[in-house]
Amino acid sequence: MRLTLHVWRQKKSGDKGAFETHKVENISADSSFLEMLDVLNEEILEKGGEPVAFDHDCREGICGTCGMVVNGMAHGPQALTTTCQLHMRKFKDGDELWIEPWRAKAFPVLRDLVVDRGAFDRIIQAGGFISAKSGSAPDANEILVGKTVADQAMDAAACIGCGACVAACPNASAMLFTAAKITHLGVLPQGQPERDDRARNMVAQMDAEGFGGCTNHGECAEVCPKGISLETIARMNRDFLKAMVIAREPLAARTGG
Amino acid sequence: MSVRTLTLADTTIGKKAIMAVSGLVLLGFVLVHMAGNLLVFQGPAALNGYADGLRKLGPMLWIARGVLLAAVAAHVWAAVSLYKANEQARPVKYHVQHTAATTYAAKTMRYGGVIILLFVLYHLAHLTFGVGIPGGHAAAPPAGMPGSVSGTDVFHNVVVSFQNPAITGIYVLAQLALALHLYHGAWSFMQTLGLSHPRYNGLRVKLAAAYATVICVGNLSMPIAVMAGLVKLQG
Amino acid sequence: MELRDNAPSGPIETAWDRHRFDIKLVNPANKRKFEVIVVGTGLAGAAAAATFGELGYRVRSFCYQDSPRRAHSIAAQGGINAAKNYSGDGDSIYRLFYDTVKGGDYRSRERNVYRLAQVSVNIIDQAVAQGVPFAREYGGLLDNRSFGGAQVSRTFYARGQTGQQLLLGAYQALERQIGAGTVTMHPRTEMLELIVVDGQARGIVTRDMVTGKIEAHLAHAVVLATGGYGNLFYLSTNAKGCNVTAGWRAHRKGAFFANPCYTQIHPTCIPVSGEHQSKLTLMSESLRNDGRVWVPKNKDDVGKKPGQIAKEDRDYYLERKYPAFGNLVPRDIASRNAKEVCDAGRGVGPGGLGVYLDFADAIERLGQKAIEERYGNLFEMYERITDEDPYQVPMRIYPAVHYTMGGLWVDYNLMSNLPGLFVLGEANFSDHGANRLGASALMQGLADGYFVAPYTIGNYLWTERTDQKPVTADHPEVKKALAEVEERTQRFLSINGKRSPDSFHRELGKLMWEKCGMARNEAGLKEAQARIPALRAEFWENLRVPGSGADLNQSLEKAGRVADFLELAELFATDALHRRESCGGHFREESQTPEGEALRDDDSFRYVAAWEFNGVGKAPVLHKEDLEFEHVKLTQRSYK
Repeated sequence: MRLTLHVWRQKKSGDKGAFETHKVENISADSSFLEMLDVLNEEILEKGGEPVAFDHDCREGICGTCGMVVNGMAHGPQALTTTCQLHMRKFKDGDELWIEPWRAKAFPVLRDLVVDRGAFDRIIQAGGFISAKSGSAPDANEILVGKTVADQAMDAAACIGCGACVAACPNASAMLFTAAKITHLGVLPQGQPERDDRARNMVAQMDAEGFGGCTNHGECAEVCPKGISLETIARMNRDFLKAMVIAREPLAARTGG
Repeated sequence: MSVRTLTLADTTIGKKAIMAVSGLVLLGFVLVHMAGNLLVFQGPAALNGYADGLRKLGPMLWIARGVLLAAVAAHVWAAVSLYKANEQARPVKYHVQHTAATTYAAKTMRYGGVIILLFVLYHLAHLTFGVGIPGGHAAAPPAGMPGSVSGTDVFHNVVVSFQNPAITGIYVLAQLALALHLYHGAWSFMQTLGLSHPRYNGLRVKLAAAYATVICVGNLSMPIAVMAGLVKLQG
Repeated sequence: MELRDNAPSGPIETAWDRHRFDIKLVNPANKRKFEVIVVGTGLAGAAAAATFGELGYRVRSFCYQDSPRRAHSIAAQGGINAAKNYSGDGDSIYRLFYDTVKGGDYRSRERNVYRLAQVSVNIIDQAVAQGVPFAREYGGLLDNRSFGGAQVSRTFYARGQTGQQLLLGAYQALERQIGAGTVTMHPRTEMLELIVVDGQARGIVTRDMVTGKIEAHLAHAVVLATGGYGNLFYLSTNAKGCNVTAGWRAHRKGAFFANPCYTQIHPTCIPVSGEHQSKLTLMSESLRNDGRVWVPKNKDDVGKKPGQIAKEDRDYYLERKYPAFGNLVPRDIASRNAKEVCDAGRGVGPGGLGVYLDFADAIERLGQKAIEERYGNLFEMYERITDEDPYQVPMRIYPAVHYTMGGLWVDYNLMSNLPGLFVLGEANFSDHGANRLGASALMQGLADGYFVAPYTIGNYLWTERTDQKPVTADHPEVKKALAEVEERTQRFLSINGKRSPDSFHRELGKLMWEKCGMARNEAGLKEAQARIPALRAEFWENLRVPGSGADLNQSLEKAGRVADFLELAELFATDALHRRESCGGHFREESQTPEGEALRDDDSFRYVAAWEFNGVGKAPVLHKEDLEFEHVKLTQRSYK
């Protein structure tokens, strides 16, 4: 396959950045999108240039490290697929591809296609956990969880934190990511004691990071490689609003990164 | 050291909830407003009598107007505030814009909102204050005319206005914009307030579509009926 | 130097309890005075850092990924073993212990493994309390399945994402501590050197992978939980970033590297499709429960479509050779047999490196729906990668490097021979012997991190407190370590040759796979020993790393990792050459039974080979830790 690539190049955070055009040839249709970029990078390096920086690690669609916007689509054109699992046979010979990083104020570009998703970690820090010190747990079978609830928790827990939801949202909102964790922990019996505070603190952190708000477009769920449902967002809204009304302590403001 | 605390209005979800609740008030108003106006089909007595009845509510009317005004203000404030935050959230735009799931209605909410707001101002000026009514505002209906009880001759104002294609055109366009806005708003408020269940979520969208259709058809039926001569001044 | 395992003597059942009672505790007020560095945030590292933080130590945690949640533990699919006996099918701590020692082909330390089996039950409790969504039965109790040919159902699982869910549990516990201020997190930060002062590990030198800043971090103890080195082979199921640098740097500073040649080759991976291939994808071993493995009987049929090959012209070689276990033979045997038929020219697919895993019979017997329910997501993944529909045509599979049982040598306390250097998870050598059983890696990582290191590190810190002098940034050893890293970084950037780090890595990987892979012989290993130094020499003369050291430079990161792999490779070959026996993941062609099965030599090789670094290109020094088996009876494994 021959392709024309317009790749976003940006030396560091705060720089202006621009597209750089490359032509690649002899790309195997069986190679993955990232393997196609590997080929491009080897060529750039041979010619004395600096390879395109992009994040990736497991290359089997589970670590959530990779991610780029291909022709306006987060993770490219295939549904339920991360960039590393996208294969070149999904494109046509001669295609022209625009490759851009996730674009959001809360995800500053570090270099080329690499962005800083530290905001996601800080949202988890704010309450995306169940406080259970090592060694303090009762026997696992003392907590009964019905299969339906366990499945619901697992559906939400499948989130890989890749950030495609933010990238695809017209408002760069992190609602789907935050809602997935609030749902995962909020439906389980173990998660009940902290449910209200979790919802409030995680949402406060999400806002403090500078993500936009939800306008119910549904783009996030559409690009989510793990199929996280919009239902989680409704659930988060419910938990958050209820907690804001009934909580006995006021909600402290948080600071973003 | 004091820690700054957050209220609902400080958070994105809180703002959305304010938008949803105020929107819900306006959804109710739009429905009632349409139902009342449909009395135009029963002739001047019915419509003018209804208008008169509203006016006779006195303080209740002012409370209702206050609630509506507050809802509009809250709705607009939340929209502007979220709009600003959303714009700031993506300072560098994508070179290639692509959407896959969203609807035309969702994408045009903010424009639709502005159009509707402008239309409401015009609508108030037009039928409440009588600006631009062909032949002038019929402040008090001539004695002996059917439907003239007191106040303005609403029926007359409506009919003569809608006989004018320009005015009708404005109303029709505004109703189409309103329908789109209501369609997205009517299921969106449920999502925002957390009314969601996988078994009923399909129903949510259908309800919204039905509601928007009823409003649109109902509201459009009036100018079209006038244009078609089905409703006309009597005597 | 004599290697002492420091394991308590006496009855094995109470050994850990007695040890925990005997070791020193640190009172809560004093814990704040100790600083601990944890490198790596996989199951072992995240669990350890979170637990140290909960206990009150001041912790600094490091990972090369952009977030601790991305460590490669996340990719584990199958499950985690625990001796809960929830299935009531006769499991027990003793049985899990016994199975693990036997499965490891009698090359692990009994007392470590017994402890592992003991704490396995606590892991499940801990994970459930954290909200890990394990599979449940309709009544709400935890569900178990049998895994990897085990005779009991002791494997807990969360769909095909058990590793992910356990890691997210540990990650969330870690984030909680970061929020609480007990742990300082350094993502996108790579450890490039160990700082040793007065014979003790006292800190590390890191490079910030975004700003390029090279910095020293000092502490009272250093914990490495940096995973395995399967990427030595370039193509493996490991994540692209997995590397040996942290462990190798520690090895160069005196930590012994144990059993480097023990590599697990997983039989059910998607075969290589071409030169572009950058990594291999594993598919759960559970596929072998219903899939039948075969290749054409005749070489001439290799090019034909599988449907055109008649049943009688197919060789279901596992069923033929191992009638008792059939397609469910252990990983090492399944892998070796696949290699054997492919070497004989009967392999299928591109390059002849693949065997069929056929579900046609299962689909006929159970219906497509049943197969879809069991393996739907795996079939989808296979189709996404290969563009072939496994409901219609047989899957093609081939073995791939998956896990390394070898690693830094540690004692019962998980401390290396360098005092103050603790090594957890896959990075150490301890519990799996020469072969790891399915669903045991997650168990070991979490056992080390949640339940072992938090006790043993306290003992070390309190015992050593009076001997440890404060170390500051101007200590000569700190300055030296910093200077070494600076110098090395500059060297990579200034060679300015012609070849990329990846091209060297590929070449090294190919060499290791061919000569030190699934089956090894003396001639091949000697050839590897001769070729590795030559490749290393070329690396240092002909490497090209563009850009600067002062910003995000992925070529520079790779260069550092490949440089260390090039040194490890030689040790690997040396270890494999010296072990003239077949055991577990190490198949030595000179040591096999008349039927061609692995033949162990307990009299000569019943020991841990712990190697001491002696300079690049110089022969390492071998230290042996003899393995005593008081409880488990040594037998030859047989699956006929």
